Order: sequence, then structure tokens, then C-alpha cells
Amino acid sequence: MATSSTPRRNRARRSLIFAVFLVALALLYTGYKAVGQAIDDTQRDWWVVGSFLPRSDDKNMPPVLDILAEFGKAPREGGTTIGRLTLDGALFTLREAAVGFGAGTIIGLAIAVVLLQSRRAERGVLPYVIASQTVPLIAIAPIVVVWGRTNFDFLPWEWEDWMSVSLIATYLTFFPVAVNGLRGLQSPSPEATELMQSYAAGRRQVLRRLQLPASLPFLFPAFRIAATASVVGAIVGEISAGVRGGLGRLILDFAGKYITGPERLYVAVIGACLTGLVAVGAVVLAERLVLARRGELAR
Amino acid sequence: MSTPESQGAPGAVTENLVLEIAGLEKTFNPDRPNAVAAIGDLDLAVRPREFISIIGPSGCGKSTLLRLVGGLTEPTAGELSVNGRSAQEARLARDYGMVFQAAGLLDWRSAIRNVELPLELMGWSKSRRRSRAVEMLKLVDLDGFDSHYPGELSGGMQQRVAIARALSFEPALLLMDEPFGALDEMTREHMQTELLKIWRETATTVIFITHSIPEAVFLSTRVAVMSPRPARIAAEIPIELPERTPHVRDTEEFFRSVSLVRRTLRSVEAT
Repeated sequence: MATSSTPRRNRARRSLIFAVFLVALALLYTGYKAVGQAIDDTQRDWWVVGSFLPRSDDKNMPPVLDILAEFGKAPREGGTTIGRLTLDGALFTLREAAVGFGAGTIIGLAIAVVLLQSRRAERGVLPYVIASQTVPLIAIAPIVVVWGRTNFDFLPWEWEDWMSVSLIATYLTFFPVAVNGLRGLQSPSPEATELMQSYAAGRRQVLRRLQLPASLPFLFPAFRIAATASVVGAIVGEISAGVRGGLGRLILDFAGKYITGPERLYVAVIGACLTGLVAVGAVVLAERLVLARRGELAR
Repeated sequence: MSTPESQGAPGAVTENLVLEIAGLEKTFNPDRPNAVAAIGDLDLAVRPREFISIIGPSGCGKSTLLRLVGGLTEPTAGELSVNGRSAQEARLARDYGMVFQAAGLLDWRSAIRNVELPLELMGWSKSRRRSRAVEMLKLVDLDGFDSHYPGELSGGMQQRVAIARALSFEPALLLMDEPFGALDEMTREHMQTELLKIWRETATTVIFITHSIPEAVFLSTRVAVMSPRPARIAAEIPIELPERTPHVRDTEEFFRSVSLVRRTLRSVEAT
């Protein structure tokens, strides 16, 4: 049995490890940069650096401190800081990803429940569900945005471009949920199912009291994958469809102005990483809460 | 050793039988090359408050019989009625409490919430099912373990929760399929005594499947011996014991009944 102080100590230790990891990453970056810089100064290719590892200068690898300082700088005098722009973009992208994640979860679960009803449906439909993921998303993203602008008039609300990006994220997230969800719904033993039958439980009751709770340990890993996929889908969707307001567009803009300020792009990329971490962290937190309620962390 | 009741006027007699089976047959994969005749022409009658054990060679279809009685599978031919209803009707009327060899508790529910499960499905109010579940856990000597999860309970304790769950809605018939098969000998004998206590307190009718002869003798008012496939009830042996306490296992009467059942089982297997 864990004492009450242990989880807190664990959390403190994990934060410490993460901080050490970040510092180590910064040191590694700086260290390599120093080596690359030294080689660049000679303007000669060496046997590793400069042949297949890049030489470096401040354009290729801006100094860590410059990148950190860039968070507080504004592109125009007195305007919004880069850090703020990145935060706004991250929130915009996070909203797209969250809506996509939510819709993907609902659609994925619905597919799993439908496929659960018959082996024949499972065998007939599952290959198409898998095939759906082979469609190159970058290629269809612009089409989805054009559709959204022209064809979704029948909806009771006004369709905005970010919703099209959410739709792209949905496309990536429904898949792991459907596949793992189906496996989870099928996980109860035949005895457990017969027991429910002996209580004259209806199909819905079996789903609610047995199959859905049994599927949760299968669903959470899928949710973690889906959370990452929804952020990636949102950023890629923004970039390839040219939707403004999020991290994707920011990355595109900053990449275009790389020559005059490479640090900015690094800031945006760090923002994208943190956004992914936030998405996965939210799922892990939800998992902890649910499992604690089910008494599965007590063991 | 046929039961005289089953030959009498069906209408009047059926009412005081909990279970009546006549000419029951079950063939798996009928009309196919891999057809298996599991049960052939089986008769059995069970009166209220009886404790009847079904014993037989392994693979003879004991579990199939229990699943037929429980309405979990359909017979190929024959009559089966539970309190005058078909097995399906009885299942839908929640006449059965079932206990399998695996306790089959839901991992994510505490002991008390597992006992509440059938009551929940039957739409009992929260307070009513909570008080019944508390009562049932007391009956199986698990008061104080309400909030424990199955993973925190021993095999014997899990099986007791399963029994409490099966009895919670006062089913007409308790169907048990080798419920103590996975337990060690000591726990097993303890559980048998417990089960008899519960049986006396609740006045349930029990159909109990086992492959242990002493277990069948100790528990039952009657032992039904099944033949190899296609299975029939080859013999029914009434068990008369002076008392049903652990000490009876060392008495002359107990040994005599055990060897009678053993000899019957052997002669059945030989044919």
C-alpha cells in the first residue's frame, strides 16, 4: 500500500527528471552547435560533420538563449510578442484538435458498437476502416476546406474554416478508437456474457454494464494515440489547407521569414510540441481519474 | 430408480416440481459431419428445496445440461419446464441464479456493487439494492469487505461474492457449475459447509454440478449420475446422512454413500 506522501514524491521526482531532460537537450543542442560552428568556421567538410551531419551557424541553429529571448520579442515595435502569438495559435489549434478528438471518439465508438453486433459486419467493414487511413491526408485537406466553404450550408450553424481542420483531425482520431474499442467491447469472457443473459439483461444493458466498462482499458491507449494524432492532424490540416489562426499557419509564416529571424520558427515548433504534450497530458489525467474511481490504482 | 411422479398426471404434478425434464436431447452441429450428440433422452425431476448434485464422467455434458436448464442454449428435442414455464421464459422471468467455476466478478466493481449488479438490471431502487447487498454479503460472511475490489479478494472470497450475487434476487433455482472446482481442498470444504448453511437459510432449490464424489454426497439430498455421451441420468441415489456438519465426513453413513456413488459411477462408465 502506498503512503500518502509517495505519490507527491513521485510527482516531484518526475518533474525533476523532465527538467533535467530539458536542460540536457539544451546542452546537447548547444554542444553540437559549438562543434558545427567550429567546423563551419574552417569552411571545409569533415568526415562526419558537413558531409552527412550539417555544419552549423547561427542561421541553422540559433543559440538557445536567443530562442528563449524571442518569446518576449514583438515582430513589430509595440506589437504582440512572438510568445503570445504562439500561445494564441496553440489555443486555436488545440480547439480544432479537441473538437476533432471529440467527434472522432464519438464516431469511433459508434463504429465499434455497430461492428460488435455481427461478425459479418465486422469482417465486411473493418478492412475499409483500415483502408481509410491510407488516404494521403495532405492531399485531401484543401478539398475538405473547399467543401466546407461551399457545401455545408444546410447546417444550423455557420461553417468556419477551423471546423474543416477539425474534420481532418476527426479523420485521424476515429480510427484507433474504433479498432481498440471493438477489441475492448469483445473482451468480456463468454461466462460474463452468459451471466448477463441469465439475468435477462437486454443488449443495451449488456453494452452499458459489461462491454463498455470492459473496453476502457483498451480505449485509453487509443485515446492517447488519438490525442497526438488530432494535434498533428490539425497542424498539417492548417498548413496544407492554408487556414489562418493556428500553429500551422504560424509555422508557415515564420518559415517564410526564416532568413530574417530563424528563432521565431523555433519558438513556433516548441509551441507545437507543448501543444501535443498538453493534449496527451489531458488524456492521461482523465485516465487516472477514471481508473482511480474504478479502484484499479489501489492494487 | 425412476421418479414415480413423472409417470403421474402431468398437470397436477408439475406444480410441485421446480424442474421437470423429459426426453431431453441436445446435438451440437446437427446434420453436419462433425455432429456431436451431447445429451440423449434425459429425464430428471427436481422438487422444491432439494439439493441435487449431478455427477458424471468428464466431458459427458454436465455443463451442457446446466446451460439447457438455464435457457442459455436450446434443446434439440424433449421437454424442459421450470415451474411450468419453458427455460427461456424462466430465464426472462429471472428464475435462475447461476454460479460458474470462474467467479466472473466484474473487476471494476467493488464486492458490494458486484452483488448489486443483477438488482440494478432489474431496476431496483438504489437504497433497496444496497440494503439487500449488505444482507447478502453478511450471509456469505463477507461483511466488512463491501468496498474491496475482486483483485483484492482470495479465490474463495470471490466465489462467495458470486454466490451472494446469484442469490440476491431470490431465484427459484440456483444453478452451480463446479463452483468450488478451482479452490484448494481446505477452502473447498469450508465453502461446502457455508453453502449448506445458506441453502437452509434461504430455502432455495439447488442443482449442483461437480466431479467430486465426496462433495456431491456431503451436499446433496440426491445425487444424479450421468452416463457418458449421449448422456442420460443413469441412476439417482438419495443421500441420507444423520447431520450435515463437517464431522459427518468421518461417519460410516458418509463412507457408505460415497462408495455407493463411486460404484454406480464406475458401472456407468463401463457400459
